[in-house]
Amino acid sequence: MTVAAQDPRVIEFDVRTDEMLVNMGPQHPSTHGVLRLLLRTDGEVVHEVTPHIGYLHRCAEKIGENLAGPQWIPYTDRMDYLAAMNMNLGAALAFEKLIGMQVPEKAMVVRVIVSELSRIASHLVAMGTYGLDLGSFSPFLYAFREREIILDLFEEVCGARLTCSYFTIGGATHDIPRMIQIPDGLAALTGIKPGTPMSWLETTSLLMDWIEKRIEEYHILLTHNAIFIQRTAGLGILSAEMAIDYGCTGPVLRGSGVDFDLRRDGEPIYTRMYDGYDYHVVVAPFTGMKKIPPEARIGDNWSRFFVRMVEVLESIHLVRQGLERYATAAGEHRVPYKMNAKLPVDEAYLETEAPRGQMGFYIVGDGQTEPLRVRAKSSCFCNLSVTGPLCEGVLIADVPAIVGSLDIVMGEIDR
Amino acid sequence: MTFQELLQRLAAEFDSEILLDAHPAARDPWIEVAPAHVETVARFLKTDPSLRFDSLCDLTGVDYFEPDPKLAAKFPFEPHLEVVYHLQSIQFKHRLTMKAKLPRWKEGIEGQLPEIPTVSNVWAIADWHEREAFDLVGIHFTGHPNLVRILCVEDWVGHPLRKDYAFPLEYHGVRGR
Repeated sequence: MTVAAQDPRVIEFDVRTDEMLVNMGPQHPSTHGVLRLLLRTDGEVVHEVTPHIGYLHRCAEKIGENLAGPQWIPYTDRMDYLAAMNMNLGAALAFEKLIGMQVPEKAMVVRVIVSELSRIASHLVAMGTYGLDLGSFSPFLYAFREREIILDLFEEVCGARLTCSYFTIGGATHDIPRMIQIPDGLAALTGIKPGTPMSWLETTSLLMDWIEKRIEEYHILLTHNAIFIQRTAGLGILSAEMAIDYGCTGPVLRGSGVDFDLRRDGEPIYTRMYDGYDYHVVVAPFTGMKKIPPEARIGDNWSRFFVRMVEVLESIHLVRQGLERYATAAGEHRVPYKMNAKLPVDEAYLETEAPRGQMGFYIVGDGQTEPLRVRAKSSCFCNLSVTGPLCEGVLIADVPAIVGSLDIVMGEIDR
Repeated sequence: MTFQELLQRLAAEFDSEILLDAHPAARDPWIEVAPAHVETVARFLKTDPSLRFDSLCDLTGVDYFEPDPKLAAKFPFEPHLEVVYHLQSIQFKHRLTMKAKLPRWKEGIEGQLPEIPTVSNVWAIADWHEREAFDLVGIHFTGHPNLVRILCVEDWVGHPLRKDYAFPLEYHGVRGR
């Protein structure tokens, strides 16, 4: 039978599209760093996604074998650089568990306040960059406006904005400063005269009030935006079984409807920090919350995103409680730990709830100052491993939407 | 579930050929399992209704070795490799550390990687963790679907987290030091 070439439909069915390998990354803006995704595509449909990692591997574990505990803390900053405080906390607590050290109450209050501030900053970036992935630019600018003030507060506390190295073995390197000048960003937002002296606690409290009101606006701008919902709701559904099997933790796990948060379910050395604080673990399907779009499913992109947004409010609540406690907290902000102190012949593994999931540190001591082995188990590493199965059969345009909803930081994955 | 109860449950299932040792008083209580039976024990720990270790927190290797002969006399461990599995149960919120001890080299021949069965068919995340342990510590996981390097480049030589690892002087014409 001869085919009439004039008939367009015939040609469409006759021409077969071959599979094509497409490299997404390592320098693709929506891969949040240097992540290379190898896509096997058939037209617009993705059949297979293979993540290639390691472009940012800096041998943090090998370096740790040659440094004393406090000297290694700055290397943990460079893992999840968007939540350096939480990385410091995880490493410091793991060393404290190995040594058998108890930190004073004041140090614990400082740790709660600052690590929750860091969580807010990290989740704000997650929100902003996710909007950016999906083509909406303005939430990113607003998120960075607020994050900037949190970084100003960190600068007052420890002198650094990004790589803080603030928490160390035995507590924190400095106490919270008493009087500071109001950060210029906050002064501009609130209409207070720039340079006004204010206490650090008061400034933080003022900022919390400001951010809390802004979260409502972000919901209008992004969370309940019709285009955003179409791009995220019902897409990239990760079942609870699959999330647990692939070791997903943090907001990714809770977005899949698993009620697990180490701040509540972790080991005593970590959970005692949060004793007596009133907060809720945010889990999909968000019962009792208003305005959940009907298209949203448990474990989809939108749920993972929304868990983070609500967690910001919970963290604000925690910071406020911490600020109240600080005035009456007993003890010093740290107990001394000698740089040349020898580690016991023992080992300890501890996981803490970092903004991106359960960050684990495993330390083996052999009686020397330097540990025999330090291991940083990355939460994003596990969260990223689910990309392959999650992206099977989706459209190419949905791959950034799925990867973005996992909120990965390559510095932490590659270490 | 306390560690003692957990141990009784395991002892009822496995004999001392498989369950080699237990350390209930350790900071993180741990059990030692014969390397050849790691997968069997792992599957039991995951599926048993009273244990339900459904989540593999971490899988890593540790090289117990002191390359400096002067310091080796004071080194508190026998030279060996350990594969460490940190498990957690989402449902019961309990934790367990499982270890398997391996020789540093298979049959004592330097360069021959020691072997242990994979657990990637028990927990999916073990796939990546085992690739990392292979890449950095040099442990061969038999039965692994895709045991290739994950953090280092494909043509990298050696396993950096081995204690006797020699840093390369150059890599494709790039000077190392």
